[in-house]
Amino acid sequence: MKYIDETVVMKRMKSRLKFNKLWKSLFLIATLFALLCLVVLLVRIVSQGSGYLNIDFLTNFASRFPEKAGIKAALIGSLWLMAVVAPVSIILGVGTAIYLEEYAKQNKFNDFIRTNISNLAGVPSIVFGLLGLTIFVRMLGLGKSVLAAGFTMSLLILPVIIVAAQEAIRAVPNEQREASYGMGATKWQTITRVVLPAAIPGILTGSILALSRAIGETAPLVVIGIPVILQFLPEGLLSEFTALPMQIYDWAKRPQEEFLYVSSAGIIVLMILLVVMNSIAIFIRNKFQKRY
Amino acid sequence: MASQGLGKEQSVQDLIAKSRNKQGKKVLEKVMPLLLLFTAVVSVLTTFGILFTLVFETFEFFQRVSITDYLFGTEWFPFSGNNPTFGVLPLILGTLKVTVIAIIVAVPLGIAAAIYLSEYASDKARRVIKPILEVLAGVPTIVYGFFALTFVTPILQQLIPSLKIFNALSPGIVVGIMIIPMIASLSEDAMSSVPNSIREAALGLGATKLEVALKVVLPAAISGIISSIVLAISRAIGETMIVSLAGGATPTFNLDVTGSIQTMTAYIVQVSSGDAGYGTTIYYSIYAVGFTLFIFTLIMNLLAHYISKRFREEY
Repeated sequence: MKYIDETVVMKRMKSRLKFNKLWKSLFLIATLFALLCLVVLLVRIVSQGSGYLNIDFLTNFASRFPEKAGIKAALIGSLWLMAVVAPVSIILGVGTAIYLEEYAKQNKFNDFIRTNISNLAGVPSIVFGLLGLTIFVRMLGLGKSVLAAGFTMSLLILPVIIVAAQEAIRAVPNEQREASYGMGATKWQTITRVVLPAAIPGILTGSILALSRAIGETAPLVVIGIPVILQFLPEGLLSEFTALPMQIYDWAKRPQEEFLYVSSAGIIVLMILLVVMNSIAIFIRNKFQKRY
Repeated sequence: MASQGLGKEQSVQDLIAKSRNKQGKKVLEKVMPLLLLFTAVVSVLTTFGILFTLVFETFEFFQRVSITDYLFGTEWFPFSGNNPTFGVLPLILGTLKVTVIAIIVAVPLGIAAAIYLSEYASDKARRVIKPILEVLAGVPTIVYGFFALTFVTPILQQLIPSLKIFNALSPGIVVGIMIIPMIASLSEDAMSSVPNSIREAALGLGATKLEVALKVVLPAAISGIISSIVLAISRAIGETMIVSLAGGATPTFNLDVTGSIQTMTAYIVQVSSGDAGYGTTIYYSIYAVGFTLFIFTLIMNLLAHYISKRFREEY
């Protein structure tokens, strides 16, 4: 007596295997579609913008004429912005992470801080712009300055840095802390001389990635009311400035076709900046990060 | 030999006793936790700042415009001189149009990519594809907006001749492309955390890989997948630059996706880039719209959190 009819099994199995193959290729196509989008986007922007990308473009100020338009004020402005965002957000973010990982006891208040951070990460960037406009620009009277925009951006990327720093600190094994305590070190000594040195590659990687988000962020700057066509460079933290994404946005909005190419050239500069920052982050991750 | 460095009368015990008595160190041990607590409180203050800003200025707005007109009005014409109307529904509808299109694009593609990466791809392929998806997620939204306006819209116009330059379709599709990596990566995390023993059991019973993926892994990871979709919806609702560049500035109350629209975020940008004087009704209206947007995204984020907690299968 035959329990299994092989021909029936083969017949059914055949179609099931065929389905498996068919869907596998569909899944692959879906994955490749996302990659294709990236390629098309990059090729398109490079082919449009490279004609306008030259030394003059980097050293000229903005202009009404597309041939003369340059990105100097925006590029320097973005660097000024980063000079505020980097220290403020890293100090606040790493401080918070150390507090939560090393000091915070399990209680309602600390739970609230944790929940609050994860909720803050989901707030749209434009809402941070409204916060910056009210608190920094108007209430504290900082105006549309580097400082006001820098504080706003710092708060925007703060949750990202906190989470990255928390992960890096958590990855330092407890044995190392205990060894340090065993040698008579105090808690603060353990943190500064054992935990932080071990965690710093992870913290830096996360921070640079967060900063590269801040450098491309446009919406909060628009809401704060950062000016676009500036013929001067910022002189201090309280002077007005413009930034790369703002400048790109302004060019992209203009009706003349030439400005679209200028905008593409601006995007190339922004993307190069992002690639450089990301490469540094990846380099630090690969070179210095230890696995325990 | 080692004692030479310690001087004549000092022993290790003395050293320990001495350093224990150092006042500076004691102060540091007490002060640093407080300083760190202060930095942690900044993030809490940020939330309060956002709430304070939005509630306070929105309250001011409702002194001038009745709350029912705002919530149920279907006309949003703040700039029409003598008789401005502030009915938020057209803005919400514009946002929803873009979000729905984005989700239609991103959910099938994102989940398919997640299934491929977690169930089919070799380690090598995964190591190449995942960083590229991360790059896609890191492209600034202004670049996506430019892409929508100058590339996707012209292509769509060839397919649909009646499509306007500013429309809901093009930014919707591009927002969808933008959130694919988010859905793919979070869903892949959820699927990868399904233990292999379950897969092997199904394979041992004669299931094909497809059957394992769809009937075993997908149901087991469903809470993570749904919460990734909800988070992506939240991102799409709050997306600003793509819709500002490619969506237009015409708040309309209909279901047409080929014509110009305006989303909540795009309205805030429109007012901010113009010169709406401080203290005018239009100035306060951006806070009311911002508050509405904030509530939408907050509900989505809390929902995502709830789903991933409540329905998680523990292995």
